[in-house]
Amino acid sequence: MEMAAPTSLSRLAIFRKTGAFQKLLAFASLILLIVVFSASSPNFFKFDNIVGILLATAVTGVLALGSTFVIITGGIDLAVGTVMTFSSVIAGVIITFGSGSIVLGIAGAVAAGALCGAASGFAVSRMNIPPFIATLAVMMMTKGLSLVISGTKPIYFVDTPDFAKIALGTSIEAIIPGFAIPNAVFIFFGMAIIASLLLSKTIVGRYNFALGSNEEAARLSGINVRRWKIVIYTITGAFSGVAGILMASRLNSAQPALGQGYELEAIAAVVIGGTSLSGGRGSILGTVIGALIMSVLTNGLRILSVPQEWQTVIIGGVVLLAVYADMIRRRNA
Amino acid sequence: MKASKSFAMAAVLALVAALLGACGASGNGSGNVGGKEGGEAAPSASAASPSASSAAPDKIYIPVISKGFQHQFWQAVKQGSEKAAKELGVEVTFEGPDTETQVDKQIEMLQAALDKKPQAIALAALDSKAVIPLLQKAQAAHIPVVGFDSGVDSDIPVSTAATDNLKAAALAADKMAELIGGKGEIALVVHDQTSRTGVDRRDGFKKEIEAKYPDIKIVDTQYGGGDHLKSTDLTKAIIQAHPNLKGIFGSNEGSAVGVVNAITELKRDDIVVIGYDSGKAQMDAIRSGKMAGAVTQDPIGIGYWAVKAAYMAYKGEAVDKTIDTGFHWYDKNNIDSDEIKPLLYE
Repeated sequence: MEMAAPTSLSRLAIFRKTGAFQKLLAFASLILLIVVFSASSPNFFKFDNIVGILLATAVTGVLALGSTFVIITGGIDLAVGTVMTFSSVIAGVIITFGSGSIVLGIAGAVAAGALCGAASGFAVSRMNIPPFIATLAVMMMTKGLSLVISGTKPIYFVDTPDFAKIALGTSIEAIIPGFAIPNAVFIFFGMAIIASLLLSKTIVGRYNFALGSNEEAARLSGINVRRWKIVIYTITGAFSGVAGILMASRLNSAQPALGQGYELEAIAAVVIGGTSLSGGRGSILGTVIGALIMSVLTNGLRILSVPQEWQTVIIGGVVLLAVYADMIRRRNA
Repeated sequence: MKASKSFAMAAVLALVAALLGACGASGNGSGNVGGKEGGEAAPSASAASPSASSAAPDKIYIPVISKGFQHQFWQAVKQGSEKAAKELGVEVTFEGPDTETQVDKQIEMLQAALDKKPQAIALAALDSKAVIPLLQKAQAAHIPVVGFDSGVDSDIPVSTAATDNLKAAALAADKMAELIGGKGEIALVVHDQTSRTGVDRRDGFKKEIEAKYPDIKIVDTQYGGGDHLKSTDLTKAIIQAHPNLKGIFGSNEGSAVGVVNAITELKRDDIVVIGYDSGKAQMDAIRSGKMAGAVTQDPIGIGYWAVKAAYMAYKGEAVDKTIDTGFHWYDKNNIDSDEIKPLLYE
């Protein structure tokens, strides 16, 4: 890149190019939404409701964090929702039918998620199947396997009451009494920090952006593109595994028939957060904000008793606007 | 390059082998419930298309096309259909689309079932108008059709075995009114706004409240698709928006469990919760008192009567136009009674 004189104009250009503009736009939209809903209903800006929004963000939020990695490569992962379910079923099998060890169940769920991710990555990079198709296949397989393994029945965690506390316990109260925020919220933010560090401080993150910007250039500069793609899809899968634990813990059961459709919400959150579907650009902070926008919008519209048909229309409109804003930004950059 | 090519070949071969294996397995196994002798004697190919083009079948085949498959309710219906199949010595297959919105998928299933030239068909139509052209085909081919779970807007089905959802939801409304003392704000969490059961349960409940309890106000009705997690989050929003809420009705298992989760998370055990159907989580909530009670249908009875009525129609016996399979109120006092227990599924 050519060094430009730091005039105010080129500073604006840099500002736009780094994606800070979109992030700011997304953040400003989030604040605006919160202000509008707070003004429209006295019941919106209340501690319990804000906690409710954060808790509702946790599952799709963690899925969206994981999806960010694959989307930055210019790929897509349609399997995250059903891989989440598959992981929760694996946790159920280990904890309820197996050893009864919660730690082992968590490890098994994350490993199962990672394995599914690796399978997607393998299909994409080694078998050269387009990500859309490869992950569609994994989506179907994991959906079916969840039903097969569970015998089409939910698996309950009734013998291990501590399992429900993973998401719904309020460990923070031990430090700040009366501050009853469920663990799931902290797990979500913790996973966001991990994702952000992975993306900005490690070699995986650097290669992730390199792959997404120009795969051919990345290959020519000696990056083992195939191997790193598998690594990236595996990371996405592991995040789905964590989401699976959160979901199972919150419902105190692994529900084998759920999960499909969550991937689209995750993708929407990522896109609203300014990560480009054509790859090479994106950020975890953006995804966190995108996920929060989705759940603030859903919650706020419900609080205002907007008919559900219209809620869906409005959320669809927001996704459209977000993608359009992204395109305009790219054209100007 | 060579290595990857041969690898690709191997992968494709493995996949094909796996698919063939799976097909073979389903042809032999789940493809013919209650027809053990037939399945063992005949090769798997003919088991998959029983009695094709034979005028006098040695085995009566009745495909059961359901609205769903994964949901426990449908598994209980399936159990009932298998019970009837065993009792009558007929062969049934049970299939249904993944979600109760996949009208197109169900039509494909119905078409495929008709192509097998069965002796009768049992159908729980997702969209009662969309299936009419295929029902006319069935009529032309002299294949009697029996509806189950919900009716079809047509006189082609010789009979329909179903719960009267309007009446069942009205019972839930009466119970709600009784438990909240005849006045106050209530809300509904419904599984969807287009399916027959969703519409009937919502309207049956609403009409009963409007007609009989002027002091009760329904302040909100939201739809969670029967998804436990979504229903939980949306119920929490309803409670936040209406802090004075006294009761919530959940219209199916996923909705009802979502409502229970929400009052648990918000520590609002004072809200009266009324559910629908059963399932372990809902039964536990009733036992622990978090849920006041629920209306249960008789899913096994529905499946049983669907097959039995289809069999009777094929045999030319008289069948009632509607078979009311019934519904019952249950709470922690009668949940383990002889009358209720067989109707519940975990």
